[in-house]
Amino acid sequence: MITRRKKVMRRIHGAMFKLPLMITCEAFEDFILAYLDGELKGKQKFIFEMHLGVCRECRDYLRAYKSSMELTKATLTNSENALPETVPEDLVQAVLAARGQV
Amino acid sequence: MTLANSPEQSVSSAELPDGSDQSIESFVRSHTGWMLSLAKRILRDDSDAEDAVQTAFANIFKNLQAFDGRSTAKTWMHRIVVNQALMTLRKRRPQSEEEIDELLPVFDANGCRIEDDWANPETPEGLLQRTQTRSHVARLIDALPDSHRIVLILRDIEELSTADVAEQLNITEANVKVRLHRARAALKKLLEPLMRGDAL
Ligand SMILES: [Zn+2]
Repeated sequence: MITRRKKVMRRIHGAMFKLPLMITCEAFEDFILAYLDGELKGKQKFIFEMHLGVCRECRDYLRAYKSSMELTKATLTNSENALPETVPEDLVQAVLAARGQV
Repeated sequence: MTLANSPEQSVSSAELPDGSDQSIESFVRSHTGWMLSLAKRILRDDSDAEDAVQTAFANIFKNLQAFDGRSTAKTWMHRIVVNQALMTLRKRRPQSEEEIDELLPVFDANGCRIEDDWANPETPEGLLQRTQTRSHVARLIDALPDSHRIVLILRDIEELSTADVAEQLNITEANVKVRLHRARAALKKLLEPLMRGDAL
């Protein structure tokens, strides 16, 4: 039943997205990067945010997209800031030895 | 350019070694750590990463006189490490690039997004409090195809500019943007079970 309701909703959305100043989710997708980089201005930004306002799927999607970015940054940035890589002594010695040969 | 993973924000050229044994040793000791973690992130292999760092140091020493101070020394060294790691990466057997397509968002014939419901997603803050989260996320990032993974690492983690990444990978800026978005979208898909609360 849920999938049937979703199909109907998508058909309604499909018709709505053909109205002026409306874009499809597929077109919305292409603007996400620019939007997050603050590069959408004026009418483009208005159109993007209008879609966000009417489309729950894209709202959910964008939220998950941003959460995923946050997890990625936290995983690869903070963990190593908190625990700096221990410097392998043999690597230091190898670098110094190679330098000595020049 | 900001380097998120670096303990110190930048190295002025005054901090480059002056040629004495002592200055060289302390220079090597203070930079091996971040150089190694950067190389590991790109290469996903400890011993390849150590080789890359060693070669990068050789290049740094060789070009020390030519360093012109137009960027910070840290930016210059960062670039040398990335170049060296990318060179190693190119020598490996190329991976299939098609696998990322399966992870990209899906739309119906009307261009409407097909997305499962997000009832009560977990928050990143909540997830990060669990001990396994970081290693789980790190494994999923490693699973992305190299061409997209590297762009994600250089843009989102190392925080290089689009122009810098385009130059280092020898691709257009438009291509960097497409790959970054696809990498993020694919990673979002891979992280979904975790974020929906039914993984680990
Ligand atoms: Zn939408």
